Amino acid sequence: MADNLLSLRGLTKAYPGVIANDDVSFDIRHGEIHALLGENGAGKSTLVKMIYGLVKPDKGEMTFDGVPFAPAKPSDARSAGVAMVFQHFSLFEALDVAENVALGMENPPKPGDLARQIREVSETYGLPLDPTRTVGTLSAGERQRVEIIRCLLQDPRLLIMDEPTSVLTPQEVEILFKTLRKLKAEGTSILYISHKLEEIRSLCDHATILRLGQKVATCTPAETTARELAEMMVGASFSAPEAKPHSPGEVALKVDGLSLPAPGAFGTPLRDVSFELCAGEVLGIGGVAGNGQDELLAALSGERLAPAASVWLGPRDVSREGPIARRDAGLLSAPEERLGHAAAPNMSLIENAVLTGARRQGMLNNGMIQWGTARGFAEQVIRTFDVRTPGPGTAARALSGGNLQKYVIGREILQAPEVLVVNQPTWGVDAAAAAAIRQALLDLASQGAAILCISQDLDELMEISDRFGALNEGRLSAIRPVAGLSIDQIGLMMGGAHDMEVAHV
Amino acid sequence: MDLSAINPVLLVASVMVSATPILLAAIGEMVVEKSGVLNLGVEGMMITGAVVGFAVAVNSTSPGLGFVAAALAGALLSLSFGFLTQYLLSNQVATGLGLTLVGLGLSSLIGKPYEGMKTATLPKLDIPVLSDLPVVGRMLFSHDIMVYLSLALVAAVWAFLKYTRAGLILRAVGESHDSAHALGYKVVRVRLLAILFGGACAGLGGAYLSLVRVPQWTEGITAGAGWIALAIVVFASWRAGRVAVGAYLFGGITVLQLNLQAAGAAVPVALLSASPYLITILVLVIISARGMHGAPASLGRPFHAST
Repeated sequence: MADNLLSLRGLTKAYPGVIANDDVSFDIRHGEIHALLGENGAGKSTLVKMIYGLVKPDKGEMTFDGVPFAPAKPSDARSAGVAMVFQHFSLFEALDVAENVALGMENPPKPGDLARQIREVSETYGLPLDPTRTVGTLSAGERQRVEIIRCLLQDPRLLIMDEPTSVLTPQEVEILFKTLRKLKAEGTSILYISHKLEEIRSLCDHATILRLGQKVATCTPAETTARELAEMMVGASFSAPEAKPHSPGEVALKVDGLSLPAPGAFGTPLRDVSFELCAGEVLGIGGVAGNGQDELLAALSGERLAPAASVWLGPRDVSREGPIARRDAGLLSAPEERLGHAAAPNMSLIENAVLTGARRQGMLNNGMIQWGTARGFAEQVIRTFDVRTPGPGTAARALSGGNLQKYVIGREILQAPEVLVVNQPTWGVDAAAAAAIRQALLDLASQGAAILCISQDLDELMEISDRFGALNEGRLSAIRPVAGLSIDQIGLMMGGAHDMEVAHV
Repeated sequence: MDLSAINPVLLVASVMVSATPILLAAIGEMVVEKSGVLNLGVEGMMITGAVVGFAVAVNSTSPGLGFVAAALAGALLSLSFGFLTQYLLSNQVATGLGLTLVGLGLSSLIGKPYEGMKTATLPKLDIPVLSDLPVVGRMLFSHDIMVYLSLALVAAVWAFLKYTRAGLILRAVGESHDSAHALGYKVVRVRLLAILFGGACAGLGGAYLSLVRVPQWTEGITAGAGWIALAIVVFASWRAGRVAVGAYLFGGITVLQLNLQAAGAAVPVALLSASPYLITILVLVIISARGMHGAPASLGRPFHAST
């Protein structure tokens, strides 16, 4: 099998209580783009870490270009010609681009030469980058370029990309794909990890699908429908969320010229954000990560006070009121980070219910907590939203991401908010749970609540929103009805390609 | 008050002597913190270095051997901190405070028999030409070797962090241990080496107190110098040059207020004694209030390689 670059045979890796990979075998050929497809927790990351030498397999073997391949550490893998672009970037914010690139190389050249090489490669592949800039000041798309250039400088034979497009605008995705196709034409093999089916169908030559640690199939994605791929991935069919017909009512939340300075050195300031949100409506706010999403949620939830007369809840100016007063008035929120922001990791689900629901759900009596009421409420959330947990006394940390997400969203929904602000409601949640959460948001809207959904998942926003706006460097674009919006228009609203150029192919 | 009693040549010369122990401890701690570890045990490691250095110097009549022993003692003590925090993942703040308590107790135990003894001290260098310069020669170029070594160490640490690959890796580990681990760097090993270096530097600083500056052993000889070193690292925004400025500022005011006291200044003695602490902190707060702070992003966070 001379045309295979990397062959995996029977790779198995078990962690206490879970088998991450079970007897996985497949081949990656020379000069192909091979997709690795699967849900969260299907074992994609563990598999890739074994190829990159971060994790040792319990069983099984690999051959790289015909010779046995068992990297004990990442530098072994790198010297064999394997390079990896990480999903959660492996970058150092306080260091500059050149230093970051040097840290990922085995034998970095002198700083002057390295800067020149970075410029050369970034020009060849249409990824402009200034080697002297501090990484903390770069956008998500630019950070990814740092990772990619770090890999390309080592002339990799196999490039692993872990969910590379989740942080990019549609235009940036197009440019990335041109770069990848150019690499493929030069003979580099690419292992492309994603759960975005359309991307895989347009880009990849072959796809291997993992489910619960086992290989389901290897197929040719161009000849398979997205539906079939999804069903192989999930192992069952599930129904897409459906909106019930409803008509928008009065303005429930009005934000008028909201500007706030950046909260920290690497935060984003909000610049003159204005919009109106009506009862019964879902407003979707898109945008690439780090363009003011967290800051907007903090300004709306009351974690950061806004200038007077900039946030109106119905007829009432709540700009200078804190989270407790806003909750009392009916403005609830669920932030992006589940552990540590939406929920206290080491506290039980009951205690976490008290943290946001104490006043609205009557869990307080003269300042004393009514634990019975709190338990009842927690159990109600668990029942209504099908949260899989041994019981309400379980620590939040012990729940899987999807289950905890169902719990923290359900906790807010059952408090019958007039306005609900959610950030990334289905981030890192499997498809079935995501569909359930989206359905619950739609049901809440049909009961007359106003919902502001901040998300980086465009498909999600298109599915549940009535209107759509995008954040770009802390500014909010014009708000448009979702019906009739094309992906190109959305891309431009998100800030276009952030001054990237098309690869000089 | 008679200001003419203060001799500027002697004043500058004693500033350098007075700043050296803090400078040594602070530059070591800066390297530790750059790697992302907060070791609050500087005071304990300093005083252990002071007593061990003194004891070895007395018994061997060689102050040089005393310094070597002090560095080893400081490093050994810091190793216990490293083992607890890096392998057993104990809380760094609590462990560091514990280290200081252990150091203080241990030093008075070891030091009891040596109280009131005298030791050989380091000779003043006689550098050809330079030492013979008028005024400047006595001010700057007639000190013992450790004064110059400490300054050379600052320059070396600065160059190491800025220009070498090992220094870059150390900064990267302190900046994001998860990223560094993902790239295959040995986070725990890098941090242990930094902790050892910091311990050795603190030991040297302590030995300088008991072997040169005082020079004899008294209980509690460090008198908070380790804490000042810690504060200097923070207010110096983790930069080697500013650490040196901070240490010399503190040393300078300490010596100046002693001279003022001797000259009979009409200021309460308590206020004069407190002035080095107050002024050092004030100046460094002003420095760090403008400009970048640059705390290593992973400072004080425990690292555990989960997968």
